[in-house]
Amino acid sequence: MSARFLLRKVLGAISTLAFVVTVNFFLFRVVNDDPTATMYRGRNMKPEQIASLRQKFNLDGSKWEQYLAYLRQLLRGDLGLSMKGSREVSAVIGEAIWPTLLLVGCSTLLAMLGITLGYRAGWRRGSGFDTSATSFSMLTYAMPDFWIGMVALGLFSVKLGWFPVSGLEDPGSAATGISQLLDQLHHMALPAIVLALAYVGEYMIVARSAMIETLSEDYLQLARAKGLRDAEVRRRHAVPNARLPVVSLSAINFGFVVGGAIAVESLFSWPGIGQLTSLAVKGPDFPVLQGLFLLLSAAVILANLVADLLYSRLDPRAGGR
Amino acid sequence: MSVLELQDLHVTYRSEGGPVPAVRGVSLSLERGDTVGLAGESGCGKSTIAAAVLRLLPKGTEVSGKVLLDGEDVYAMKPGRLRAVRWTSAAIVFQGALHSLNPVRRVGNQIEEAILLHTAVSPRAARTRTGELLVKVGLPADRAQRYPHQLSGGQRQRVLIALALACDPKVLIADEPTTALDVMVQAQVLALLEELQREQGLSLLFITHDLSVLTTTCERLAVMYAGRIVEQGPGREVFAQPHHPYTRALAAAFPTIGDPASRMNPAGLAGDPPDPSALPSGCPFHVRCAVATAECSSLDVGLRVAAPGRSAACVHVEAAHV
Repeated sequence: MSARFLLRKVLGAISTLAFVVTVNFFLFRVVNDDPTATMYRGRNMKPEQIASLRQKFNLDGSKWEQYLAYLRQLLRGDLGLSMKGSREVSAVIGEAIWPTLLLVGCSTLLAMLGITLGYRAGWRRGSGFDTSATSFSMLTYAMPDFWIGMVALGLFSVKLGWFPVSGLEDPGSAATGISQLLDQLHHMALPAIVLALAYVGEYMIVARSAMIETLSEDYLQLARAKGLRDAEVRRRHAVPNARLPVVSLSAINFGFVVGGAIAVESLFSWPGIGQLTSLAVKGPDFPVLQGLFLLLSAAVILANLVADLLYSRLDPRAGGR
Repeated sequence: MSVLELQDLHVTYRSEGGPVPAVRGVSLSLERGDTVGLAGESGCGKSTIAAAVLRLLPKGTEVSGKVLLDGEDVYAMKPGRLRAVRWTSAAIVFQGALHSLNPVRRVGNQIEEAILLHTAVSPRAARTRTGELLVKVGLPADRAQRYPHQLSGGQRQRVLIALALACDPKVLIADEPTTALDVMVQAQVLALLEELQREQGLSLLFITHDLSVLTTTCERLAVMYAGRIVEQGPGREVFAQPHHPYTRALAAAFPTIGDPASRMNPAGLAGDPPDPSALPSGCPFHVRCAVATAECSSLDVGLRVAAPGRSAACVHVEAAHV
């Protein structure tokens, strides 16, 4: 990979991020010009109190001055204050991110089993295995995650009682160490499986169609003529070519991991980014929302950058060499 | 014993529109050190024969007759034996203009793979041998580090020849190895194949639609039409004195050098090659044939002797030449 190629990609990502920061800032000013108004609505407040609130949330001066102040603040790593309890937005998000990374990260890894499934189904296109794997994927892909979640919650938690109904761990538990970890895994199992089910179909379908596209390639015929086994032809020659669309999809989905799973987290009261987002919308808590938007965009931009760089490693034609 | 022998080979592809008979009874033998040419228009079944020799036809394709490699029936082999025979008994020089090389793997790596698969050597020895093979086909050894898209068409074709030689096969099947190359490169590739054939005593089955390529390289030449061999004989004779009207039309399509009249007005062959799934009755060539008579639309004759060492599949042959 050439240094120039790397530099171009990194600069591209940085300028995209700068653009997003700007749009993001003005978007929230267009949505609500004075978010503090909702905080004192119906209450009797002195003009000085209102002025101090406006100052606290960086709403003084023209939009342009506000924007510059926001940029200065951002460069210091400061995302402002939450309108609920006046806590630092970065602290609020920082608390919610670990449960989300754990839950959505694990379910994404689980869902990526769909890639192997898709490769094998595509390789044996039209076989019984292909038909059942594709039907399964289509079915789960068509079901919304909150719906799968509600059914799973009703069946496995309420009716059968196999899994806890909600939360990160048992509220009254004083467990530590291994037993605390087991308790958390027990809480995470059902939402993680639900999310994995909701995601697996997409991976499977993309991997399958990428594989089918390579099936008619001449180099597979040559690989067979060399005397390679069928599985070796698939692993060494077909998969490396079918991998490219799958890599893009995975990288972008990894970006979205940070965004959490709004419906499923809310459903299972999982204290993650998704639940935080839904609470912040209800508030509305504009500084938190703005922070969450920024986090999500940055994650997706970073994931895209990683995908681009990976791509150039996996496909020598994609430039960089 | 022939190194490669086809006995009454039939290949029928299965398609949604019904069975497609691509090869309809071809018998051909290749002796050690021999070069046999197989010519014909696209769709005549010549590339199907290349794939049939190493049992590379798609699943569900019907094959009858026999393919004998060194006397052993390829279609009776167990899977393990078949894999061992592939590339060691017979190897194919694929067409370089197509995506015959894997685009995401270095070309050297693709040659090494074949060596490591069939011979018990260390990866280092395989790499050395790959370098030697590349030098043998006229490329610098460091081209092994390149990806296919970094090579020209001619260089890719040389890599494919080196790849075919990787396991010292007895039989080399060259499937349109000069198609889509410019004329100078074509000549170089042909010269290379001839030289390798002489040096290593290879038996070469040369498949092409370009008759002029074959007459200079092949001792024996078979012309195919609609899945059958319609004329057979020594290369030069077949081209100079064709017996079958189809061969005559093919030969006439090439301008004679030094004869301005033929250059300005090469004789072509009207019409398209027949659709293998809907062949005309009788002799499949009669609809395009210049000398067809009434009986040709009902009578389909096999190869018959036209002269010593020559045969052709045409009703008019006996009358004209024996």
